[in-house]
Amino acid sequence: MKMIIVAGTPGSGKTAVLIHALKSLKTKNLKSSVVKIDCLYTDDDQKFAKIGVPVKIGLSMDMCPDHYAIYNVEDMLSWAQENDSDYLIVETAGLCHRCAPYTKNSLGVCVIDATSGPNTPLKVGPFLSTADIAVITKGDMISQAEREIFREKILEVNPKAKIIEANGLSGQGCVELAEEMINTKEVSEEEKLRHSAPLAVCTLCVGETKVNKKHHRGILRRIDGFESYEGE
Amino acid sequence: MIENITILGGYDKKGNKEAVEEVVIHREEIFGVVGPTGSGKSSLIGDIEQLAQEDTFSKRKILVNGKEPSYDDRTNPRKKMVAQLSQNMNFLADMGVGEFLTLHAKCRGVKDTCVDKVIELANSLTGEPIKKEHELTILSGGQSRALMVADVAIISDSPIVLIDEIENAGIRKHDALQVLSGHGKIVMVVTHDPVLALMTDKRIVMKNGGMDKVVTTSLHEKTISQKLNKIDELMLNLREKVRRGELVNDISVDDI
Ligand SMILES: Nc1nc2c(ncn2[C@@H]2O[C@H](COP(=O)(O)OP(=O)(O)OP(=O)(O)O)[C@@H](O)[C@H]2O)c(=O)[nH]1
Ligand SMILES: [Mg+2]
Ligand SMILES: [Zn+2]
Repeated sequence: MKMIIVAGTPGSGKTAVLIHALKSLKTKNLKSSVVKIDCLYTDDDQKFAKIGVPVKIGLSMDMCPDHYAIYNVEDMLSWAQENDSDYLIVETAGLCHRCAPYTKNSLGVCVIDATSGPNTPLKVGPFLSTADIAVITKGDMISQAEREIFREKILEVNPKAKIIEANGLSGQGCVELAEEMINTKEVSEEEKLRHSAPLAVCTLCVGETKVNKKHHRGILRRIDGFESYEGE
Repeated sequence: MIENITILGGYDKKGNKEAVEEVVIHREEIFGVVGPTGSGKSSLIGDIEQLAQEDTFSKRKILVNGKEPSYDDRTNPRKKMVAQLSQNMNFLADMGVGEFLTLHAKCRGVKDTCVDKVIELANSLTGEPIKKEHELTILSGGQSRALMVADVAIISDSPIVLIDEIENAGIRKHDALQVLSGHGKIVMVVTHDPVLALMTDKRIVMKNGGMDKVVTTSLHEKTISQKLNKIDELMLNLREKVRRGELVNDISVDDI
């Protein structure tokens, strides 16, 4: 089983690009199953169902979608196995910019919208810096010069990334993405994350709603950079 | 040195083989791309921009000097063979004109001393002055287009230039096409405008997403094109007059 983990900000074009790529896999008689992980709502299952691939959705609700995705990897893999698929594709909302959902042997694909501004690559963190492939979408809406600057900024953050300039509407670049999926390795029994999860769990993470300092424990960092540890 | 590019036909929107199987474009040639909206003009330009290798929807293949270009040739912006001026009229990047041009020059491996030259050239193409410290996003359609043209001409100085419609931009389109065609370049221009279409050497006619035929501009058309140029000049001058708040008393069409 090969696992493709696709992360990217909401609306960046993950589904649009995947649909073209999966159609291309289909023409080569390769079968894929898709899991969409989102927080509160998604209608991506209907879009994937239209092209006739098995699809499952998982809503993480108040949990970090990446944490939720990671915790469910084993189950998703066995589900894809039951479907007799060659590929498990996980599309995740990737909202928490501190995590990255990629495992060591999966193909990590970051989809990033070129219209989101040339500094976006610097803001999105590990889901770009630890990806194997950066798919740039919506290049059709900006000038070639802006595209070139965007590309350079991505390489600043992740010099090893293979960049695919894709178009979710026309399907440009999606055959190339499918080609990368075909060439990726199989996942192992004991997958490991590429990027460790965030620093620590804080009082807010476990449900504290009071704002004042005195109620907080754990690793505490002031806006001026001063850091302390409160607690046992 | 790029002597020519070859477009090997693929399939149209209905999945039929394209009527035109092969087009070769040599340096110093200007090719037009014409056809109704939705006939696939922009996709053809897109295929050439990416130097497609049967990996796009149309399954076309683009050869450079009769050979397949390498992966690096296709993607590395510093080696990029194709400069493209696309249909979009405005910039979205949140930065100043000077900063943007400096960054782009860096991407293309060009010295940033060219920044002032780009702004100067852009200002010769549009009536509304562009300054280095302007924010990109506040530029008007005409200013943005003029800046894109100047950027493509000076910074993205590639041997193949693709232009997707310059007619609606509120800029001096002749000067723009001249500036973009430069020396020894291969130029393709998508256009509905007879002034530009008849300025080209040949034009590819698109239909249903495929290349339907290639028309060579006749000598007769070339003479008409010169007349159209004059009409265009006249219109531009009138436009400037009106812009300056002057009265238009008469127009002279005798020499057209
Ligand atoms: N112009 C343009 N639009 C695109 C492109 N790719 C996707 N879109 C549009 O962007 C919108 C969002 O695309 P989706 O594929 O649903 O994005 P997503 O990342 O899957 O979104 P979520 O799953 O909701 O996070 C859709 O309206 C697409 O048609 C592109 O390359 N160019
Ligand atoms: Mg989606
Ligand atoms: Zn997280």
